[in-house]
Amino acid sequence: MPTLTGEFIAFFIFAFLVIGGAVFMLSFTKVVHTVVSVAFTFLSLGGLYVLLQAEFIAFVQILIYTGAVSILMIFGIMLTKHNEDNAAQQWTIHETLTAIGCAALFGILFYAIQNVSLVPMTAFDPGQDNVAALGELIFTERVLPFELASVLLTVAFIGAILLARREEEEQ
Amino acid sequence: MIVNLASSFLTLAAILFCLGLFGALTKRNAVIVLLSIELMLNAVNLNLIAFSKYGIAPSLTGQLFSLFTITVAAAEAAIGVAILIALFRKRGTSDVTDMNQLKR
Repeated sequence: MPTLTGEFIAFFIFAFLVIGGAVFMLSFTKVVHTVVSVAFTFLSLGGLYVLLQAEFIAFVQILIYTGAVSILMIFGIMLTKHNEDNAAQQWTIHETLTAIGCAALFGILFYAIQNVSLVPMTAFDPGQDNVAALGELIFTERVLPFELASVLLTVAFIGAILLARREEEEQ
Repeated sequence: MIVNLASSFLTLAAILFCLGLFGALTKRNAVIVLLSIELMLNAVNLNLIAFSKYGIAPSLTGQLFSLFTITVAAAEAAIGVAILIALFRKRGTSDVTDMNQLKR
């Protein structure tokens, strides 16, 4: 019987919150409730990242996912109309087949995870300061993907404005 | 003995990915489909960061990769919501089963 360390207890709590948020997301019928429960999932994933010594990614996760993406989805809900009456539809054959397929995929993944042996050759070194170490890596080794990411964000930003703009000239 | 959390993290990511896949394939509301895709991307992020600590050769590269994934996912979410709003304005629906103009 392995000993219960603080890390394990924290992992258990966060994993419970993550899976709970995801399951409630699938079972809620009101769309706003769905977004709130998935925001819980994103927030607990941030906690898991802190557990994995990725503090910068954890705060980026909370800022971008729990903050920006959830708010964006709520805007998406507010700007479109949703009919709640067909929420209580019965379990169709399509959903059953998809559930079986997803369960089979999980079975394959679980089998592979149980059979792999992950023995790290060296200990993980997050650096003296996680943010500084990541920044040094970005601006030396991976400077080209970083610049490409900024171009991608600009293109996406302009594209989103163009797509969602109200076209007044037609009709 | 210390519990090795590596396989627990990978199993959690697999569960999250499968739940997201189920949601993306069965839900009819386009906003929930987008959220399910975000859930799958988050599962992949969790895998990348778990491998950056517990993998064969631990390094910060996995964390860096997940930063780029978050960037692309944020761009994808913004474009997805923009397409959703444009489509709603044109056709008055947010149901993915009604978005089948190219099939006809």
